Amino acid sequence: MFKSIIRLQGTRGMATQAAAQRLKSFKIYRWSPDTPDKKPHMQEYKVDLNQCGPMVLDAIIKIKNEQDATLTFRRSCREGICGSCAMNIGGQNTLACLCKIDQDESKELKIYPLPHMYIVRDLVPDLTHFYKQYKSIQPYLQTKSKPADGKENFQSVEDRKKLDGLYECILCACCSTSCPSYWWNQQEYLGPAVLMQAYRWLVDSRDQAGKARKEMLQNSMSLYRCHTIMNCARTCPKGLNPGRAIAEIKKQLAFD
Amino acid sequence: MLFLARQSIRSVPRLNLARVAVGMRQLTTVKTTSQEEQNILVAQRKNRPSSPHLQIYQPQLTWILSSFHRITGVGLAAGFYAVTCTFALSSLTGLQFDTATLVSLVAGLPVAAKVALKAAASFPFAFHVANGFRHLVWDFGHELTIKGVYRTGYVVLGFTALIGTYLTFFL
Repeated sequence: MFKSIIRLQGTRGMATQAAAQRLKSFKIYRWSPDTPDKKPHMQEYKVDLNQCGPMVLDAIIKIKNEQDATLTFRRSCREGICGSCAMNIGGQNTLACLCKIDQDESKELKIYPLPHMYIVRDLVPDLTHFYKQYKSIQPYLQTKSKPADGKENFQSVEDRKKLDGLYECILCACCSTSCPSYWWNQQEYLGPAVLMQAYRWLVDSRDQAGKARKEMLQNSMSLYRCHTIMNCARTCPKGLNPGRAIAEIKKQLAFD
Repeated sequence: MLFLARQSIRSVPRLNLARVAVGMRQLTTVKTTSQEEQNILVAQRKNRPSSPHLQIYQPQLTWILSSFHRITGVGLAAGFYAVTCTFALSSLTGLQFDTATLVSLVAGLPVAAKVALKAAASFPFAFHVANGFRHLVWDFGHELTIKGVYRTGYVVLGFTALIGTYLTFFL
């Protein structure tokens, strides 16, 4: 008898079950291609924070599982390395998996898709053009001469350091879609994410196509629509600084 | 068309699907060619809405100051050209718009209107000049961190308040 009581105390108590519900309201952007005549609207869902993980992604997965299976969004790694769950949360672009839910349940949370993008459905934007722009800067090593030993392209420690803060980009498109210049000139302006990668290949000591890379950017639209607004660096969920990279390209082009 | 469905014995109303979906799953696959898929995609793309942007984005010092820079620039240029062009045209059109008329016109205004007029010119001017220097600093590659952007942003706002007030009331 005593033994069983002791064992009971030893098991993990589910204290949260007894606690009262803490319902927080999530307002989420909805639009479906099946009903194209129906305008995009905000739909409200209530989630009990006591029964929900700490991140916004936990909340929307919970909503999809328990309340509305039609809610559509991209997600994959849930740890900020795939860049799938990029969306506009509380007015700022970020990854839902890295964004903590504000535990004040009296405040509602608004979730929109990435701003000024064509919407495939609900929180899923069409990133086709964004990826095409990335492809256009030829994001791969281009060499004219073979490496000395015929095997490896060596790089000094200092030269490798120049790539820090550039190579970590996961192309989630948070920065590009936070940039007002990109909103108004998406068709021609490359945007912060793609330009930072353009710079990443420009400063790579092993790359030998620098001249051609610079020539591609030397026009009024591709690069110079950047007006140093710096929304990009402010919003980057990985803490990178595309604005600084673009300024460095501009400096390089000025001395060309 | 291929139709695969694991259906329950009791029929499930469509709306309740979400709640019951845990236990079972309806699987529907449709055979199509890539051309048919392309046609569906093209048809869908025609309907796609553009997601909201300026109205829903959080107000931040970064883009708010940038928009002020653009607005004040356009406003100052418009004011400058309006006055100088009218001045230049006055001799051609016989319009009474010379220095003497301007001075008497302004002198006749009530004090509140004078102050409002001066403030409307001096604050945007002070801001635009200061922010212009901020852009020059950036173009040399300095202060391009979030800290730097906010630090220089507050300096510009302080400068605008100080110089704008001076130009409005003490000049």
